[in-house]
Amino acid sequence: MLAPHTARRYHSHMTDLPADPPPPPANQNTPVPPPSLSELFRAFFSMALHGFGGVLPWARRAIVDEKRWMTAQEFNEAFAVSQFLPGANVVNLAVIFGGRLHGPAGAAVALAGLLLPPMAIVLTLGALYGRYGDIDALQRILAGVAAAAAGLIGAIVIKMAQPLLREGAGALVIAAAGFVAVGVMRWPLPYVLLVLAPLSIALAWWVRR
Amino acid sequence: MKLDTLGTLAAHFALLSLFAIGGAMAVVPEMHRQAVDVSHWMTDRQFADLFAIGQASPGPNIIVVTLIGYQAAGIPGALVATFAMCGPTCVITYYVSRTFDRFKHAHWRIVLQAGLVPVSVGLFAAGVFVIARAADRNLVAVAITLATAAVAYWTRFNPLWLFALAGTLGYLGFV
Repeated sequence: MLAPHTARRYHSHMTDLPADPPPPPANQNTPVPPPSLSELFRAFFSMALHGFGGVLPWARRAIVDEKRWMTAQEFNEAFAVSQFLPGANVVNLAVIFGGRLHGPAGAAVALAGLLLPPMAIVLTLGALYGRYGDIDALQRILAGVAAAAAGLIGAIVIKMAQPLLREGAGALVIAAAGFVAVGVMRWPLPYVLLVLAPLSIALAWWVRR
Repeated sequence: MKLDTLGTLAAHFALLSLFAIGGAMAVVPEMHRQAVDVSHWMTDRQFADLFAIGQASPGPNIIVVTLIGYQAAGIPGALVATFAMCGPTCVITYYVSRTFDRFKHAHWRIVLQAGLVPVSVGLFAAGVFVIARAADRNLVAVAITLATAAVAYWTRFNPLWLFALAGTLGYLGFV
């Protein structure tokens, strides 16, 4: 079954061809038929279960490299949008990808595949924590794991910050201001965003004018 | 009482999700404020523990919301919090991403997208800082955080090994 959105997807890809980097040899094969709803569910289910410390690398591997449902360029564009819009990135990506293929049903199915297995797992762990969380040995173990968990996401920040260096000093000042205002001063996020977002967008416009 | 809590969870996470610029980490400081300081659903330490459980489990970062909801109001709380955090933004994403595709090369879209990147990096860093402050109660914990960050940045070790190592250090009483 070829949904209308799928047709548009290939069309938009064709019209963008001059701007695309040369596609990897693997993607020169004939277009892969779009996945059915159950394939979509299974793909996101498996990504979610593999995604320790982040689902994104697995999403890219499954969608671009293994299933070839999107080119690398299409994936990057969809991810840029999912990052820009509010909400969790991978959750937004599932909605965009599932929605393009099968409309609301596709979005819901991709989302269910992505969220249900992790929810079942953390609820089991949460119940165990509620029951045994006061045991001294478990508290000591968790104290170590919690410190490591903070470090793991700290590494992601360093990677995220690197492209800012190319953007110039202004972008770094904005990022530092957001960090201090929300992280150190603990000012309410909505007010900080209300000031910082327009400022940062104005700066981006100034740089690109 | 319980219905009260469910209502608070729904309102808090639905509103918060709209400010999650660049991902769930941006709203961790606000989640922490609500869960620990305002509603007293958990202690600082429990917040750090739940975040760690979420990180050590497979799946998107946002899953910590499920755990916060569970801690606050059991299974119904978990479902309400997760749905409130994902529902509104998913509807927005579904509709906006379709119109957005048409403006792929529009100058305003490029500017808007580029302008939000520094903000989201700063907010992500703020979320990390709040988590680190809750988790790092002594110098050994700070050292584990820094060492894990360095290893995760420079190598491609499976994070589960780092958790296992840090958990062992904790069990032996170093943290």
